[in-house]
Amino acid sequence: MEKKEFGGKLIEIDEDGFIQDPDAWDQGVAEDLAKTEGVDAMTEEHWKVVNYLREYYLEYNMAPMIRKLCKQTGFKLKEIYDLFPSGPAKGACKVAGLPKPTGCV
Amino acid sequence: MKKPKPDEMEYYQQEDLLKLDWGPRKTSWMDTAVDFRPGTYIYPGKAKNLRVLDLPNPRDWAVTDDDWQLPEGWKQIVLEGMAERLSKYRSFKVFMDICVRCGACADKCHFFIGSGDPKNMPVLRAELLRSIYRKDFTALGKVFGKLAGGRELTPDVIKEWFYYFFQCTECRRCSVFCPYGIDTAEITMMGRELLGLLGLYVNWVIEPVANCYRFGNHLGIQPHGLKDTLEFMAEDIEEATGIQIDIPINKKGAEILFFTPSGDFVAAPGIYTCMAYMLLFHELGIDYTWSTYASDGGNFGLFTSHEALKRLNSKIYAEAKRLGVKWILGGECGHMWRVINQYMDTVSGPADFLEVPRSPLTGTVFEHARSTKVVHIMEFLADAIRHGKLNLDPSRNDHIRVTFHDSCNTARGMGILEEPRYVIRNACNHFYEMPENTIREQTFCCGGGAGLGTDENMEMRLRGGLPRGSAVRHVQEHHGVNQLAAMCAIDRATLVTVCDYWAPGVQVTGISELVANAMIFKGEKRRTHDLRLEPIPGMTEVGEESETVEVAANE
Repeated sequence: MEKKEFGGKLIEIDEDGFIQDPDAWDQGVAEDLAKTEGVDAMTEEHWKVVNYLREYYLEYNMAPMIRKLCKQTGFKLKEIYDLFPSGPAKGACKVAGLPKPTGCV
Repeated sequence: MKKPKPDEMEYYQQEDLLKLDWGPRKTSWMDTAVDFRPGTYIYPGKAKNLRVLDLPNPRDWAVTDDDWQLPEGWKQIVLEGMAERLSKYRSFKVFMDICVRCGACADKCHFFIGSGDPKNMPVLRAELLRSIYRKDFTALGKVFGKLAGGRELTPDVIKEWFYYFFQCTECRRCSVFCPYGIDTAEITMMGRELLGLLGLYVNWVIEPVANCYRFGNHLGIQPHGLKDTLEFMAEDIEEATGIQIDIPINKKGAEILFFTPSGDFVAAPGIYTCMAYMLLFHELGIDYTWSTYASDGGNFGLFTSHEALKRLNSKIYAEAKRLGVKWILGGECGHMWRVINQYMDTVSGPADFLEVPRSPLTGTVFEHARSTKVVHIMEFLADAIRHGKLNLDPSRNDHIRVTFHDSCNTARGMGILEEPRYVIRNACNHFYEMPENTIREQTFCCGGGAGLGTDENMEMRLRGGLPRGSAVRHVQEHHGVNQLAAMCAIDRATLVTVCDYWAPGVQVTGISELVANAMIFKGEKRRTHDLRLEPIPGMTEVGEESETVEVAANE
């Protein structure tokens, strides 16, 4: 699988650019991943979304429902799209180092 | 503006997709190699997922690699695998022999209609496999080779199989029109099994299978994650209706085990259907339980191999036995019903330890489920409505003009055609059918079933969704239809894209969601918002409509 440099580290990614090893994630990695999704600079608001996703993932081993993400962070879906142009799943979750979801989704 | 990529629908212009040529190609089909262009193929199964399932030849590879790293002796593996299946499955042998290439199936496939690629004609897709069968398994083909329609098995043939057997959604529309009753889905399934012997899977199928094998559902949701998810839904239910509900999980001795596709736990609009189940069961006082072990009705094993199907399906009866339930109720899923109706009894049965399902509301005995012990939620709800057990006010859905998409597997795989329509008519005053050659047994696929619903396959999804999308557009233009109801989680995920692209403005919903929104619950608060927490037109005071959590259906 392809390896690319994120946050100064060589990290394995899949075809869609999701990192393969969740433990390889750190803030530097997130900042570089964000650039691949049209986010040039991570603001406090970006971090609020990413940190929530990250914490939820570490506790539950899955991404939260988007609805829950909106409720817990206080952002409307449109605002999340403004922050992450590719949306919560392909954008925010990727930046937070979560794997790509599969199945009937 | 971010420039769209091939995995996004914005990348595709309708006028480009509609430049269709259904005529023959310049070169003979045997001499036309596959063009793997982004947007038309699915990523390979990752090695880690193959390892979980003990599948052969786990390795990381790319579809665009010249060398697919086939295992040593691959040709013999395929031919022996074919011989084994020809002797094991009589239908496979018959389907290989019997086709007269009349072409009745040719223009019935949504992928051929939407792509014009001759190899998407079901007859030719089958021919990809049949040509090898002729060459190696028939006397005529052994002697005359190409003259008798046979051809050599080469790595290019394998690549072609991989491309086209994952451009078939196993929807079986073509089979309805075949004068011999050839089931093309079964041919695709055989093709995929043979590819599997070489370690050739798509990740969109094999990762859910690996997840389900380990965690009980395709998404890999663990028990505490499922509990948190259902509890969050309960909060939203209370916000919309004022009603507090219980969430029975792994409850021993419950009367009914309930399961539904796991997509309904995480993705809109499926989550609203899941909320509807919980609300309805609460109101009706059903003694049921969720399971964190058998937490997926769906079975991507069906898209993998008979062996994988069996491994995943067996958990359902095992859990029913462990929990000591009397019978099983299943939610709005498509392919899970093909498995239940046509495979479960054989691969996991008999379920003699369960009772013949009997509705606790009406006393109706579901005779047709005498063997499997599994009842469809639409059968259950239709029966309840027929006996006046649901207090429905369809005018609550008067802002909805709804059409119904028959899911391939429930329509053609189990013949459940009337119950969903009966339920919708009782929950909505404005119901409009799409044209008759696009519904019921002749329903057109969503274009993303059988493991094809992933975004890297976007061009084929949009092409395959063209017939269905056009029919939706038709009722949108003629009847002002603004919602499409579907009782399948793959539909609820993929038809959102199809509608956004071919019939923008039409939203996708589950049927139970419509029922719950129409239902008058005991002790409910004034209903101003539906289960999506969107304001119900005519029910809100001026000024109330602005503050709602807006969640698009396509994420």
